[in-house]
Amino acid sequence: MSRLGQLTETEWDVVVVGGGNAALCAAIEAAERGCRVVILEGAPETYRGGNSRHTRNFRCMHSGPLSVLTDSYGENEYFDDLIRVTKGQTDEGLARLAIRTSEECLPWMEAHGVRFQPSLSGTLSLSRTNAFFLGGGKALVNAYYITAEDLGVTIAYEAQVTHVEVSGGRFDAVQVEIGGERLRVRGKAVVLASGGFQSDIDWLARAWGESARNFLIRGTPYNRGVVLKDMLDQGAESVGDPTQCHAVAIDGRAPQYDGGIVTRLDCVPFSVVVNRDGQRFYDEGEDVWPKRYAIWGRLVAAQPDQVGYAIIDSRSIDLFMPSVYPPIEADTIEGLAEALGLPPAAVRETIDAFNAACREGPFTPTELDGLATEGLDPPKTNWARPIVEPPFYGYSLRPGVTFTYLGLKVDHEARVTGPEGRYHNIWAAGEIMAGSILGQGYLAGFGMTIGTVFGRLAGQGAAAHVAA
Amino acid sequence: MSPLDTTAESPTIAEAKRQVEICNACRYCEGFCAVFPAINRQRIFASGDIQQLAHLCHNCRGCYYSCQYTPPHEFAVNLPRILAETRAEDWDRFAWPSGFGGLFQRQGLAIAGLLVLALAALFLAVQGIRPQGGEGFYAYLSHGAMVAIFLPAFVLPLVAIGVSLRRYWRTVGGGAVQWRHVKAALMDSARLKNLSGGQGQGCNYEKEDRYSDTRRWMHQAVLYGFLLCFASTSSGTLLHYAGYPAPYGFWSLPKLLGIPGGILLTVGGLGLAWLKTQADRDLNAPAYWGGEMAFVLLLTATGLTGLVLYAATGTAAVQPLLALHLGTVLAFFLLMPYSKMIHGFYRVAALIRDAQIKMKDQRPTIPQPPVRAAVSPPAWDADSRG
Ligand SMILES: Cc1cc2nc3c(=O)[nH]c(=O)nc-3n(C[C@H](O)[C@H](O)[C@H](O)COP(=O)(O)OP(=O)(O)OC[C@H]3O[C@@H](n4cnc5c(N)ncnc54)[C@H](O)[C@@H]3O)c2cc1C
Ligand code: SF4
Ligand code: SF4
Repeated sequence: MSRLGQLTETEWDVVVVGGGNAALCAAIEAAERGCRVVILEGAPETYRGGNSRHTRNFRCMHSGPLSVLTDSYGENEYFDDLIRVTKGQTDEGLARLAIRTSEECLPWMEAHGVRFQPSLSGTLSLSRTNAFFLGGGKALVNAYYITAEDLGVTIAYEAQVTHVEVSGGRFDAVQVEIGGERLRVRGKAVVLASGGFQSDIDWLARAWGESARNFLIRGTPYNRGVVLKDMLDQGAESVGDPTQCHAVAIDGRAPQYDGGIVTRLDCVPFSVVVNRDGQRFYDEGEDVWPKRYAIWGRLVAAQPDQVGYAIIDSRSIDLFMPSVYPPIEADTIEGLAEALGLPPAAVRETIDAFNAACREGPFTPTELDGLATEGLDPPKTNWARPIVEPPFYGYSLRPGVTFTYLGLKVDHEARVTGPEGRYHNIWAAGEIMAGSILGQGYLAGFGMTIGTVFGRLAGQGAAAHVAA
Repeated sequence: MSPLDTTAESPTIAEAKRQVEICNACRYCEGFCAVFPAINRQRIFASGDIQQLAHLCHNCRGCYYSCQYTPPHEFAVNLPRILAETRAEDWDRFAWPSGFGGLFQRQGLAIAGLLVLALAALFLAVQGIRPQGGEGFYAYLSHGAMVAIFLPAFVLPLVAIGVSLRRYWRTVGGGAVQWRHVKAALMDSARLKNLSGGQGQGCNYEKEDRYSDTRRWMHQAVLYGFLLCFASTSSGTLLHYAGYPAPYGFWSLPKLLGIPGGILLTVGGLGLAWLKTQADRDLNAPAYWGGEMAFVLLLTATGLTGLVLYAATGTAAVQPLLALHLGTVLAFFLLMPYSKMIHGFYRVAALIRDAQIKMKDQRPTIPQPPVRAAVSPPAWDADSRG
């Protein structure tokens, strides 16, 4: 039988849509329970693994030292951290389920080929809460593909699912496009794990406004929300605000898609940030950078042309993690403004006003030092040190979208809810349902926790359904 | 550019620097090997820094298969390859006399050619200056003749290697070497720690994204096999001057060291050659593939011919076999500074340098601009980026 013939002629036990972390966890669980599993991954093999291939760690509860994790991180502390970033917009039941299950996930991940490494240099403070993958997310994804292959899971790449056939609350088949051919793949159960819709710029523009066309997408270009939209069109219940996405400020020179972690820019707290017109628009020193990271995505998105420019002087160049693009450099503020394409006189004026508002005092890059401007609007409330020592450096900033929040509503078994209650045989896991837990905000490493916990639940549930 | 630079930045080094800067912004591969911690200690990379990184890399390829930025991604990261090319460029650049490195490193044919010459020389020697008396091998080639051929063939290459290493050491800004640096480097080499994948799972050489420890085993078979053979020869030499000339029986030191050594060398060498045919050539320096393969086979042949020679003891085949073995060994010695063999010397030097930097006792011999180290302090990292 040809490969495509095998895909269409087999009645699969479990059809898994997507090929990232959540999909792979589901496929492995189902295959280990004896199911005949097919993974339909929309991306080509070299780009398999969606956003998961860009990740670096997984947030994990633990009652004592566990693998690379130090000390302990209890359920309530984890939950409190989550509530803080989501401002209460959290489904407590599902969140606690994810948190509690994360502890048993870590050994499960290790048993299925994932390797962990101590917290990366420059991320010491995460060593207690987040377990880092040796080699990052792509190594994790590779390990899972190997495990799945060894379990006999069939994997189809460049297999774009376009439609999920549902009748009477029951899934029958998916329609999938492979190499220009439209095929129908039948199965007894389906797990939807195809991510958010952030890479469909038109959809983003409809939800957010035209300015979204200037956004950069930090992860895979293959998460276009085709399956999500198809399910919502068929009446599946949705959760999450379609206008919400997790967006952070990244280097404006990053590629449109897939720039990943290296396009991050951590210089804002030591900068003066101006917009296209050379004007400041927000307190750059409001809080420690990690807490502001996501805020700056939105701030920049609200500026003309969705762009900002961070300007520092030579004293600050070594105070943050290096980024992938070298800064623009000039010996004068006007020269820098020109190189950045900004109006030199306006930038000069902004910097002069800022410098004049700075006062004497100790500058401490590692903590909120209270070194604030006086009489400046907006103020800079920490690390306000004059920008005076040439050479001067500048970076452009743009909003970089990590993922969207709109998703399918699932229950504590990862089962999807339709117009008449939960579907008979449809599960969802990962970003496509993360909105069920997170209404807004984000906690580093929680995306992989959601994908792992609900991916595994989905695979187990689908397998139990097939066996019944 | 730092004053440590003695070499103009080649396009290879420039490309390696581009990729290393991407890694420094990423750091996901930190746990694989010594290269990434070395990258992460710095922010600005001089040519010498890149060269040091290149010789630290063992081409395990873990970072390649884990990298989200490999081609066709526009960042086009292929660190194992660019570091291999940087390394190989150094083998040529630092070779003494200049030009010899390029000749043999890239051309298996040149190695084969030299081998033929060495063989011919030995056959002539065995035929032409056959001694009157002597026992065992010395019946074919006197001890004096052997010393006359092999002493310079051993010492001169070592001198050449010394010159190359000195050049390297200057380029990377190495300081005064202490025993603890050497010890750390030898401990790493003895276990081939940097080919272990960081956790003993091995490398990604012949099975793509699957880990395998085969290459580490084969490499160590060759390394220890070679050292045993070397020890065997050395013990023979010592015994000779102590008044116990060859031939030696099975239960003698030269044989007890040499036979297992020869077996390890042969098995490991064949293993490495086979692995080389399985691995993706684009993750190493492709231009050097032929030269490396020829060298591996030559090294294997030194072990194999030695074993065969021993097996043929007492038969008429000894004469040609002796010429074959000694010719192979001669070619190997002569090629040490100009073949893949040199990688081991640079490797140990790079590990010593790495130990120096890690142990931080080392003051730069030339004044440097202030070290740009302070990267994002801990309080800043509890981020919500992803
Ligand atoms: C740069 C970056 C860094 C991040 N770092 C972290 C981190 O360190 N820790 C963390 O927890 N989270 C991190 N995240 C978030 C994390 O990536 C996601 O939460 C997580 O990967 C989601 O997993 P998933 O399996 O649901 O989706 P994905 O991994 O995105 O997988 C979706 C899959 O579906 C496929 N697909 C899409 N549409 C179709 C279709 N129509 N048919 C077939 N297949 C389709 C895609 O090709 C892809 O394989 C990061 C995100 C980014 C962008
Ligand atoms: S090889 Fe790739 S994944 Fe590894 S550190 Fe470099 S950029 Fe990151
Ligand atoms: S190939 Fe292996 S040894 Fe070389 S840099 Fe990559 S991980 Fe390190």
